[in-house]
Amino acid sequence: MVETNLPAPAGIEGPGFFATALDNVVGMARKNSLWPLPFATSCCGIEFMATMASHYDLARFGSERPSFSPRQADLLMVMGTIAKKMGPVLRQTYEQMAEPRWVLSVGACASSGGIFDTYSVLQGIDRVIPVDVYVPGCPPRPEQIIEGLLKIQQLAESESTRRRDSEEYKALLESYKIS
Amino acid sequence: MQLTSRSKRVSNKKLSLGERLYLPAIVGGLGITIKHFFKKKATIQYPEEQRPMSSVYRGLHVLKRDEVGRERCTACGLCAVACPAEAISMIAAERQPGEEHLYREEKYAAVYEINMLRCIFCGLCEEACPKSAIYLQSDKLAPSFFSRADVIYGKDRLVQSMETITSAKSLKSGLTTSDRYVDKVWKDGKY
Repeated sequence: MVETNLPAPAGIEGPGFFATALDNVVGMARKNSLWPLPFATSCCGIEFMATMASHYDLARFGSERPSFSPRQADLLMVMGTIAKKMGPVLRQTYEQMAEPRWVLSVGACASSGGIFDTYSVLQGIDRVIPVDVYVPGCPPRPEQIIEGLLKIQQLAESESTRRRDSEEYKALLESYKIS
Repeated sequence: MQLTSRSKRVSNKKLSLGERLYLPAIVGGLGITIKHFFKKKATIQYPEEQRPMSSVYRGLHVLKRDEVGRERCTACGLCAVACPAEAISMIAAERQPGEEHLYREEKYAAVYEINMLRCIFCGLCEEACPKSAIYLQSDKLAPSFFSRADVIYGKDRLVQSMETITSAKSLKSGLTTSDRYVDKVWKDGKY
């Protein structure tokens, strides 16, 4: 069974009280309720369906509700070949998501273009949006997709609540011309 | 006119008392739900519990060494040519005298790189290799990456580690004459 008794974040413990940093609590909450927005354009999407189904069951990691609206999503899972014409659509989807938002790039095509080194295919989605975790494979096994999600969870857990206000983060978005 | 053999005639007959009560249907439905409590659970608790992998699965690459620990790859470039994703690149170098225990042939790959994000794990490199140097392991999955800087695997991460080499003694009968010679030279330390 899934470990529901997660260890408490580091803090000061005493009889009847527990004090910890807000960052830790927020990180823990975010980590265990990532709502993914599946952006599935091809075969990696089929593998994502296997990940979502009962054998692998992504819901065990708090991704109970795949959000098909970008407004309510925390995690953009891009699975499949992104054609250059699809690029602006993907970008708009990312822009519509509310902060904090993470991006998981699943499979060779989304991550780097894969075998499609042609005029019509975007050579990696990090040309249009910032990517947090890349999952290799063509398509990756559900195990690998879950591993990618676990890495996103690591990021969500350890991220400071103020990171999104940082100059570094603003500069990253600026480099993609996303305001 | 009948268009299909699967069409069903809709009947407008009145529901019987049992059907009108809906209770038998609800109990029947609940029965199906309850039956699932006692069935074998389909979910694999992934990180804790691993599913057995097929022996022909193509996972992470490895550059093999031979029985005495020399690198098999001669940097012929056939894998790079066969690769549909153009994920493999290499730089060849000539083996110097005294390096016979490191490299099997006179030429070796000084740099051998695979871009893990480009790679589609098709196994054509494995098929193309005339020296049985590159294999896709069936028991290792490629890991995911935080940054693009980590995705190019060099020889440091691709070459098989020396610990996994089966001892030369047990394989001696399968070695060729030149293999035995190099083996002896290496063991004697005179090269």
